[in-house]
Formats: sequence, structure tokens, C-alpha cells
Amino acid sequence: MRPGCRVVGGLTAWPLSMTDSSTSLRYQFDVSGGDFAKAGDASSKVKRILQQIGANPEIVRRIAVACYEAEMNIVIHADHGSVTLEAGLDGVTVTVEDVGPGIPDIEQAMQPGFSTAPDSVRELGFGAGMGLPNMKNCSSEMVVESEPGVGTRVRMVFANG
Amino acid sequence: MTAQSPSSGAGFTIKQVCEFLDGEIICCEHLSDQVVGTACGCDLMSDVLAFTKPGSVLLTGLTNSQVVRTAEMLDLKAVVFVRNKRPDPETIRMAESVNLVLLLAPHPLYESCGILYAAGMPGCRWANGLAIVND
Repeated sequence: MRPGCRVVGGLTAWPLSMTDSSTSLRYQFDVSGGDFAKAGDASSKVKRILQQIGANPEIVRRIAVACYEAEMNIVIHADHGSVTLEAGLDGVTVTVEDVGPGIPDIEQAMQPGFSTAPDSVRELGFGAGMGLPNMKNCSSEMVVESEPGVGTRVRMVFANG
Repeated sequence: MTAQSPSSGAGFTIKQVCEFLDGEIICCEHLSDQVVGTACGCDLMSDVLAFTKPGSVLLTGLTNSQVVRTAEMLDLKAVVFVRNKRPDPETIRMAESVNLVLLLAPHPLYESCGILYAAGMPGCRWANGLAIVND
């Protein structure tokens, strides 16, 4: 997969306040394209895990929002994909990757308001073209890689300290 | 209904919000003494995710499960479904599982928002603590 663009998010780093800073963890959840009934399940699990390890509620909220936006993108656009949560001393990384149509022009997709979502998705309240900009704002750093016809990988870092 | 403005912007309990809107609580009534300090009226969950403060009440005309998921991610305390549109049982169960209070209100979205605003409930001119991205 070719590199797309590296986007530095709008946040400075914040403390994670993990209760046990010596541990690191990794979870992966599958996401099915087109399954709107289950859309958000992975992000809900990510949020609960972060709450359980005692992460700061405001940080948990930012990660949950960014993760949910990315998960919705899989459900809306892709065939299938996954959400991977990694948390450790340096902070939290969420990697969302899919097998799907890819993004032909990532710079264009990053523009607020740009969307290729169909009307059926807009009727659900999504597809307004705010997903990628919002994910960028919620994270310390975001890297988007995509190959048309193959898939997309978005890696978001939520830095600690 | 005559509503008093909250003193020092302290907000209203969800119960008070329900009274202002002539509404009905259909989920998690035991949590309706929580205070909500801001409100957002929107059918576009993408915008809700970008611009809504935690602890707010969301007023919306959409009733699908993604409204509950959106509220869950944002730590919203309550969702008001306007024009008495009732979500399906599965969506209500999902709200129960995340301790989200759900209300029905008979008025349309614009009027429901107007009632709360006139009562002294402020909006969410805030974007996850950041500058609004498309402002």
C-alpha cells in the first residue's frame, strides 16, 4: 500500500493517566462493510477497554470519536476491515484498515465537506464529509495510506505526555 | 410552559428538560436527575461528532441506532427524539446498555430547540476543545 499523507493533528499531547503504566495491550476487532446494525460495536469496545484501564475520560472520548468515524468509513465504503487498539507507555494508537475501494485523492478526502457517500448513508446522518477532518483533530498524529481498488489504512496516534 | 433560566449557567436536570418539552422519558429514567449544561439540535451525526460538548443533550429527528452510538462516543447524557418519533426496541436496549436517557417530545426540532434555548439552555459552540475545522 503506498503512503498517502501524514497529517499532524490539532492536539498537543496530553497525559493518559493509566493506572498501570507498565502494561501494554493490543486488541483487534473485525468490522463488516455494509453492516449498519453493528456499526460502532468495535468503537464501543475500544472505549470500554480504555475506561477499564483508567485512561482520562476526555482522552477516551477523543479516541472513541475518532475510532467511530473511522469504523463508520469501513461500514459505509469498504468490503471489510479491522480496528486495532494498542495502548502503552507512549500513549494509544488506533489503526483502522480495510479491504475496499481505496481513496483516489487523499488530500481531497481530507477537505471538510468532501464526501462520496451515497444518499442512503446520508439519511442515517453520515456522509457529510467531516469524518477524516474530525479524526485528524481528535488525534495527535494521523497517517492515511490508500491504494485504489485495494484498501485504506488509517493510523491515529494519541500521544502520552 | 414558563421556564426559569438556570442560575450561573448550571444547566437543567434531564427531568426539567422533559417538562419544558412536554416530553416523555422512555429509557433510563432513573438517571434523569443528571444535569445537562448544553444542548445540540441536529440530524447530521457527522456534525454532532465534530461539534458537540460532552454531557450535552442531543435533540434529533433521526431514530436509528447510530444516534445512540454517536451519543455513547461523545459521553452525551440524553437524546430527545422530536415529533414523538420512537426508536425501535433494539435501539432502546442499546441505550439502556450505555446508560443513556432517551426522551420523546411532541414538538418539531426547531420548536423543541427554541423552547430549551428560551429556557436558558446554551448551545455547543465548541469543537472537541479545538478550533472548528471548517469555520
